[in-house]
Amino acid sequence: MSASTTEAVAQHALRHHFATMEQQRESTTLGMWIFLVTEIMFFGGLFTAYLVYRTAYPDVWEYCSRHHMEFKLGTLNTVILLCSSLTVALSVHAIQMGQKKLTAILLFVTVLMGLGFLGIKSIEYHNHYVEGSVPGPWWHMEIERPDGTHYPAPHQYQLFFYLYFVMTGLHALHVTIGVVALAIIALWSWQGKYTREYHNPVHITGLYWHFVDLVWIFLFPLLYLIAGK
Amino acid sequence: MTEHISHVKHYWVVWIVLMGLMALTVVLSRVPMPGPLNTLIALAIAAAKATLVLLFFMHLKYESYVLSAVVFVAGLFWLLIFFGLTLTDYLTRATLGVPGH
Repeated sequence: MSASTTEAVAQHALRHHFATMEQQRESTTLGMWIFLVTEIMFFGGLFTAYLVYRTAYPDVWEYCSRHHMEFKLGTLNTVILLCSSLTVALSVHAIQMGQKKLTAILLFVTVLMGLGFLGIKSIEYHNHYVEGSVPGPWWHMEIERPDGTHYPAPHQYQLFFYLYFVMTGLHALHVTIGVVALAIIALWSWQGKYTREYHNPVHITGLYWHFVDLVWIFLFPLLYLIAGK
Repeated sequence: MTEHISHVKHYWVVWIVLMGLMALTVVLSRVPMPGPLNTLIALAIAAAKATLVLLFFMHLKYESYVLSAVVFVAGLFWLLIFFGLTLTDYLTRATLGVPGH
């Protein structure tokens, strides 16, 4: 790209209330981080509820995690999200290098992984519905005694699943929003809307996706891998 | 301040370490350990993974994002107050008792 075209693109992308492209980039990034911190506090409330009830019923938490969570599917979803974080990071790098098509392809791959995550999550939700571990009128979970007979799970067991569904459900909502946002950014990126000089939307949407990954990094061991008290 | 551009190699290395830590946490969760050790190790590994994502994938390591890092650390600080003060109550009920009961 010649110097004059570069300047023209930069002038077009620079909003009038910013002095320079750098200032615009730093401001949008900071704005996104402030939003992400509100999201951290939002999830923080749920993690605190989790802490309170886990300290109250540690045995129930371990039992539910060991016997009713599909840790293989959870691990697979962790792999998917970690890989998707890599493709997003690589897409941001690609646009910093001015490689528009590569950016779009990497973002589309990320969208596919996001959809894969949601697909696996819905299989898990369906399995919980079938085995009766969805709280409310669908609840008919039973616990096996050492002698092989069964008894209905006490109320505390529903607490684990209330928190499981609200935490993973809210996370899945964020994944859905992220998938839609990334798909739009991928399309615009393919059309050549972003350049080496102007790519804040790719960067901040990438930050959002990494945030979704961060939440899952904590949800995974707290829900799927409970061992001991 | 000009935008920091990382080397592609760094992203791949971070990803490999993240996958390694994930495998480690899955394996260690199947190893019986005394008391809360399993949980503490799982949380330490999760914190390490989160730190890698924050520093490298989200670029907080780089000087051009120092303000973003300040915002994040402020958020984290309030989150830890939230967790910490809540646990001072719930974790001490067994030893200190609940007033009025």
